[in-house]
Amino acid sequence: MAYNWQPTADIATIKRRAQYLADVRRFFAERDVLEVETPILSLAAPTAPYMDSFTTDFMPLGSSSKQAYYLQTSPEFAMKRLLAVNLGSIYQIAHVFRNGEQGRLHSPEFTMLEWYRPELSLIQLMDEVNALVQQVFHLNSILRLSYRGVFEFYAKLNVLTCSDQQIEQCALALITGLPIDLKLDRDGWLELLLSHIIEPRLAAMNLAVFIYDFPASQAQLAKIKKDDAGNDVADRFELYIKGVEIANGYNELLDADELQRRFTEDNKRRQDQAMVEMPIDNNLLAAMKSGMPECSGVALGFDRIIMLALNKQDIQAVQSFTFSHS
Amino acid sequence: MLDGDPCNILENEFVKPGKGQAFSRVKFRNLKTGRVNERTFKSNESAEGADVIEMELEYSYTDGEFWHFMDPTTFEQYAADANAIAECKNWLKEQYVYTVTLWDGSPLVVAAPNFVNLIVAETDPGLKGDTSGGGGKPATLETGAVVRVPLFIEIGELLRVDTRSGEYVERAKV
Repeated sequence: MAYNWQPTADIATIKRRAQYLADVRRFFAERDVLEVETPILSLAAPTAPYMDSFTTDFMPLGSSSKQAYYLQTSPEFAMKRLLAVNLGSIYQIAHVFRNGEQGRLHSPEFTMLEWYRPELSLIQLMDEVNALVQQVFHLNSILRLSYRGVFEFYAKLNVLTCSDQQIEQCALALITGLPIDLKLDRDGWLELLLSHIIEPRLAAMNLAVFIYDFPASQAQLAKIKKDDAGNDVADRFELYIKGVEIANGYNELLDADELQRRFTEDNKRRQDQAMVEMPIDNNLLAAMKSGMPECSGVALGFDRIIMLALNKQDIQAVQSFTFSHS
Repeated sequence: MLDGDPCNILENEFVKPGKGQAFSRVKFRNLKTGRVNERTFKSNESAEGADVIEMELEYSYTDGEFWHFMDPTTFEQYAADANAIAECKNWLKEQYVYTVTLWDGSPLVVAAPNFVNLIVAETDPGLKGDTSGGGGKPATLETGAVVRVPLFIEIGELLRVDTRSGEYVERAKV
């Protein structure tokens, strides 16, 4: 048997990657953002219904007990506990893990660049992401479009006010080759339109865009606010470059009761889909109760942005050893 | 198997928004019709595998309705219909070996070898002394295929033909 032991990234890419890491650290040092490290293994895990954590067992020597630990899907929860002790602006370059996600743009283990800025509004954070993308990765300046606007343009729908049925009909009309018996909820159809219709158009136009003001039902861990037309929207953005999802930013939710409600709701949805419920992070809830500062935060896929910067077609081309060769 | 037809997957793209549902966008060729289509599946769906194999079979004869092929080692016979041989109809010659895709044991598609040697059945008289190959003329081969050949080629000659482009390559050595 011949072993394919060699790196999946070429030598030039491995060296470029080291330079990007150094440049990112300098970018944040110049802005007085503190680099932190938090545990990769955690007792709690995110509850998001379409997020699968890897799990492992801690078995203390000399005992027969077993404690489940979860590999982080992002360093978000631990970093927020640091924010709650008023550490100020912090960033982290962390390996994160998402079970089952493998493809040209997905690796079950990948690197996340995540940072939190108590001084900045979400709009100012978008400016900072734009500066990072241009200064460190030498990519184009980023446009800004509202979620409503982008759907009005590409799907001729006002997704904040139209009915579930209108969204479903629109998706079935625009997307070829969908299973006839496909059943999705409102957000499921919206995600399908985004990934099958809007992302390819953004890719074809070679655009970098922030999409902001998401439907309130997709708030995740962001605050909910009113948009100009008085609709409830989630105060978050996503960055797409050439049709690839690169970063996800929030005006961070600070209300512990609301967070607990969202976690519980997620776990209920997991139950409905016959998936295991996840242990809620009570430490995060307690930290939030004690008082987390007003804050904007963003997580950026480090491997993906290097792919785009170096014009690579597959995530494995920017990882020294990709998951299947690890 | 999709919609009851065997298909060949050409591309399979994993699509998943950060916290959203996963889908697979699959590009496939329908082996019966040859058409290329796209389909989206939920990531937990699966499609039935098709019992499709490829075999190297020798062409024996046609009875007008079916074209009969034989496995040269087991002498087992396979009958292909007009659909299956449509692509290589002009290149079918007895005792030549063809790549036959079988689905549930019956021929789905017959593919010709890249090169075949065929006899010229009909062409205008050759121009004596012209060996330059410039210009050219049509020639009908024994299988009915019409290819463009150099002017010096005559009826009864054996030619080597590229079945992918349908072009004359050279005079074949007998």
